[in-house]
Amino acid sequence: MARYALRRLLIAIPTLLAISFIIFALLDLAPSDPTANLPLTIPPEVREKIRLSLGLGEPFVVRYFKWLEQFMINEPLNVLEQWTGWTIGDSENRLRVLSWATRSPVTDLIVERLPQTLWVVGMSYVIAVLIAVPIGVISAYRQYSLFDQIGTFISMLGFSIPTFFTGLLLIVIFSVWLGWLPSIYDTTHVVRDWDSFVFQVKQMLMPTMVLALANASQISRFMRASMLDNLNQDYVRTARAKGLRERVVVLVHVLRNSLIPVVTVIALGVPTIFGGAIITEQIFRVNGIGQLLIIGIEGADIPLVQTLTFIFAILIVVFNLIADLIYGMLDPRIRYD
Amino acid sequence: MTPLRRLLVASVACAAMTATAAQAQRGADGQLNIIYWQAPSTMNPFLSGGTKEVEASSMVIEPLASYDNDGNIVPRLAVELPTVENGGVSADLTSITWKLKPGVKWSDGSDFTAEDAVFTWKYCTAPDGGCAQSSYFEGVANMEAVDPLTLKITFAEPKPFPYTALVGAESPIIQKKQFENCMGAKAPECTQQNFNPIGTGPFVVKEFRANDVITLEANPNYREADKPRFQTVLFKGGGDAASAARSVLETGEFDYAWNLQIEPEVLERMEGAGKGKLVSAFATSVERILINFTNPDPALGPDARSVYKDDGSNAHPILNDIRVRKALSLAIDRPLLNDLGYGKTGRPVCNVLPGPDIYASTANDACLVQDIEAAKALLDEAGWAPGSDGVRVKDGRRLSLLYQTSTNSVRQSFQSLIKQWWAEIGVETELRNISASVFFGGDPASPDTFQKFYADVEMYTNNFSGVDPEAYMADWRCDAIPGPATQWQGSNINRYCNPDYDALSKKMASTAALADRAELAKAMNDMLMQDYVLLPLIHRSGTSAHSVTLAGVKMNDWDSELWNIADWHRAK
Amino acid sequence: MTDASLAAQGMTAHRSLWGDVWRQFRAHRGAMVGSAVFLFIVLGVTVGPYIHTVDPQYLNMRARNAGISWDHPFGTDNVGRDMLAQVMAGGRVSLAVGFAAMGVSIVIGALVGVLAGYIRRLDGPLMRLTDLFLALPILPLLLVILLLFRDTLRTLFGPEAGIFLLIVFVIGITSWMQTARIVRGEVLALKEREFVLAAKSIGTRGHRIITRHLLPNVLSPIMVSATIGIANAIITESALSFLGLGFPPDFPTWGRLLFDGKDFMTLTPERVIWPGLAISLTVLSVNFIGDGLRDALDPRIRGR
Repeated sequence: MARYALRRLLIAIPTLLAISFIIFALLDLAPSDPTANLPLTIPPEVREKIRLSLGLGEPFVVRYFKWLEQFMINEPLNVLEQWTGWTIGDSENRLRVLSWATRSPVTDLIVERLPQTLWVVGMSYVIAVLIAVPIGVISAYRQYSLFDQIGTFISMLGFSIPTFFTGLLLIVIFSVWLGWLPSIYDTTHVVRDWDSFVFQVKQMLMPTMVLALANASQISRFMRASMLDNLNQDYVRTARAKGLRERVVVLVHVLRNSLIPVVTVIALGVPTIFGGAIITEQIFRVNGIGQLLIIGIEGADIPLVQTLTFIFAILIVVFNLIADLIYGMLDPRIRYD
Repeated sequence: MTPLRRLLVASVACAAMTATAAQAQRGADGQLNIIYWQAPSTMNPFLSGGTKEVEASSMVIEPLASYDNDGNIVPRLAVELPTVENGGVSADLTSITWKLKPGVKWSDGSDFTAEDAVFTWKYCTAPDGGCAQSSYFEGVANMEAVDPLTLKITFAEPKPFPYTALVGAESPIIQKKQFENCMGAKAPECTQQNFNPIGTGPFVVKEFRANDVITLEANPNYREADKPRFQTVLFKGGGDAASAARSVLETGEFDYAWNLQIEPEVLERMEGAGKGKLVSAFATSVERILINFTNPDPALGPDARSVYKDDGSNAHPILNDIRVRKALSLAIDRPLLNDLGYGKTGRPVCNVLPGPDIYASTANDACLVQDIEAAKALLDEAGWAPGSDGVRVKDGRRLSLLYQTSTNSVRQSFQSLIKQWWAEIGVETELRNISASVFFGGDPASPDTFQKFYADVEMYTNNFSGVDPEAYMADWRCDAIPGPATQWQGSNINRYCNPDYDALSKKMASTAALADRAELAKAMNDMLMQDYVLLPLIHRSGTSAHSVTLAGVKMNDWDSELWNIADWHRAK
Repeated sequence: MTDASLAAQGMTAHRSLWGDVWRQFRAHRGAMVGSAVFLFIVLGVTVGPYIHTVDPQYLNMRARNAGISWDHPFGTDNVGRDMLAQVMAGGRVSLAVGFAAMGVSIVIGALVGVLAGYIRRLDGPLMRLTDLFLALPILPLLLVILLLFRDTLRTLFGPEAGIFLLIVFVIGITSWMQTARIVRGEVLALKEREFVLAAKSIGTRGHRIITRHLLPNVLSPIMVSATIGIANAIITESALSFLGLGFPPDFPTWGRLLFDGKDFMTLTPERVIWPGLAISLTVLSVNFIGDGLRDALDPRIRGR
């Protein structure tokens, strides 16, 4: 298993390089332009100068390798310096990946935004998994019972109604009509005491719930389907025939085998936590990674989008590997060699 | 009133205003919450020329003079407005001398001097800096600090309207000491400076989170001891216009929301909740339909499609006929469009130059009345006969147009409605909407930019900053036509070319007397309108909302909306 | 369903496989209700416009933001378009996009998943390909695809059919990865199971094993992916229209109607209720049909 993991990690390097090149080419080909958001009162000559100052005058390949150097060498060195306090080489003049719109280092922006994204999106994901797995198990075990029917109905609503609608509906009900919850997330809020903690919970409540509903709906459907498949397998009959208690049969034998497809769904979902929830973050003004990405895309901020999507790609590769390793643990028959 | 007198009166009024508010105390009114649904990405307006960055930074850094809510120039860091009469502007119009207010301090406590102003000019015109506001310094040959409180700007040639450099929120003065090492190519690397500029304005940045939130506090060294009235400002960004409006008008979480282009009935309903008020101000923004004078046929290939040819060989096969253009205009019911998309926040308009008042023509107001029958008659006369499916045909060509605009719900409603009216007169319309980041982007490789104009008509809003329309009216000169040779750069998007128009434009550039300039500008406007080069639709206002507990807001569309934030206070 | 009725069915002589499946499907109450609702929706959007003959694009400026009335059973929007006509017209597009895109995504997903899971040599390359697609930012991808192909498709198929093909392709090509990963995971486990080993040992060829033994056993996650896929496609399409990358503005779709109506939620709630209901009911009914199909196709349940 360890050898398998190591080999996969080694293959990941060329894979990621290829991905980074394709993303860069894609962003470069895309027709959006960094000066598009500027007012039309700024004349075309000035726009051209702005473009040149962003380095757009250089050929595509040069820009790609510059980014690669900045991201792969300069940024890690910078992180190392900050952690250890050492000075390695000419750190004053080392160019970091700079966003075009803000003209500030992209990694600083990401670090600034991670807390709210992890809190809101991460929390919603944890809640979603915690709700979805039991619901899926019970729904499958008591297929077509009232519980199952209601669960099915709610989860269908959950993924057929887009978050831009549920979010707005919650705001109208809880912020406008009832006035209980804030509609705008305060990213500068610091939790110091009980009251500020309560405020934090209040402002997280709506975005977390909107996302949790959408995620839980999907996961519970996969869980239910997978449980149903396994409940009718021969080994379940064997286990029951051996006189194992029903709890053990369901929770140990069936659940373990049913988790395989669900693990994929959950593992694939984890990178999206870091990717943020673009629409939900916009609606509640959580302004995390998702909002950073969409602003970058709208403003054709290539270094920002390139870096974000590349980090995203790394996470996807890593979590896919983790999912594969978990398959092996859940089902010893799956062998990697 | 002559413009000069207006300026003087305004500066007196400004001085009077400061006197009356004297009993209040700095910082007494606590926190002010502002929401801009597009979040500022930097506090340095020279690095990003977006409206959101300019307005956010206007709380911190200031120009020598700015525009008030009536479009008058009022001094800010200058003692008075230099004119030819008071000797501030040289008789040959080649230099202007500003006297700076004495005793003005930067927020770090050091003195504000003319050196800082000179530095700002050098900073913005440094090569490789990509300064977004360099057009404000166009024609400036030199700037010098005669003494710490006197700034002399020399122009390369006579400048009839000398109030561009360092006037208005787009070209404020930054501190020399802070930005000295951030010139040219170094500019983007000075993140700390760009996010936390030291200024002379009423507020100082405490924390700047790009594209998210800015926290500011009162500038302890602000030149008026009793201002600003708020101790802190929370400047939040993100979301969309409707939710920003909701947070002021319905939930009351915020005090001020910017740029609320939302369907009028939705806004009205929100305002009905009674927690806030809408304010709007009109400047020069006009939503218009542009007519393509060249042939955008995809079959033509990149060197001829929508490319202007001197010999007229590439003229638009349908729209080159003025009768068709006029018919298209006649079929539009502008007041109804306004009711539908703008309500109180816009007015139907028949001029491409709607203001300031002295420039506004009244010669074209007949366009406000829709006249379908007259439009049909014109098309009949032009030889377009109705075909079997209702679409007109002439010489085997269908009267069919491609109508493009950027993606925006109001624009899409306008497209549908205009398509319906045009269908009534026998014109078939294909609609296309393009993401704003592509449409307004200048990427020469993209076929969908407004400059390339690969369509028959297109719709968007344009305006000019400040109050002088000379540069704006020069947009329609023959030499400004975009094409492959200029990488599609050029402001004459219509590809309209008329030597008479060019002559008027040249004449305006060398005319100094304001009344004569106004006559020329009106004549140019009328020429464009009566040639149906573009069809103006709506004079758009800047529209914002403020909480009923906030007082002192004077909505301004000529300059930053936050131009008088030092005077804002809690309503008692 | 009761055991007795199933036993009774078991008595009848000689039946075909599909007859069996159909009988089992009919016995599934949820599936029958789902089918009925789905049929109703399909009929509504196809036949409906011949009964309610208002032009969905006609802007009636005298009846803006109108409530429910005889002329406008679902009310009108803020430019006076009839909501019922728009929901019906939008349904055709949304259903077509939803199913076509789901189809593309399921076919690619299942194919990649089965091949990667079953043929070890292909596992690495195919999964890296999946990683690549997962990492691609969808919006720039769309912009590029539109830039490259829009004009060609427009001249080949006309503006509407061209953009339809493009949208189906884009949504399909960017949503198959989850299905592929899930199917692969299942196949990895299945191919070590006794019945597959048994089939192999008697010399069954690879494609027979895949079609006879593997595919039927991964059907249920595929069904779930398919239902979620339809909902996703309908909603993604609305996001695309919103960003100016979708259908022309005078071309209603359910997602678009819901999006345009959201700001009018408190003013004219009909504008969000009807399209929202239409999307939910479609997804719900497809899900129940999927449930019924899966049960009907599962020999273990069928024989029970």
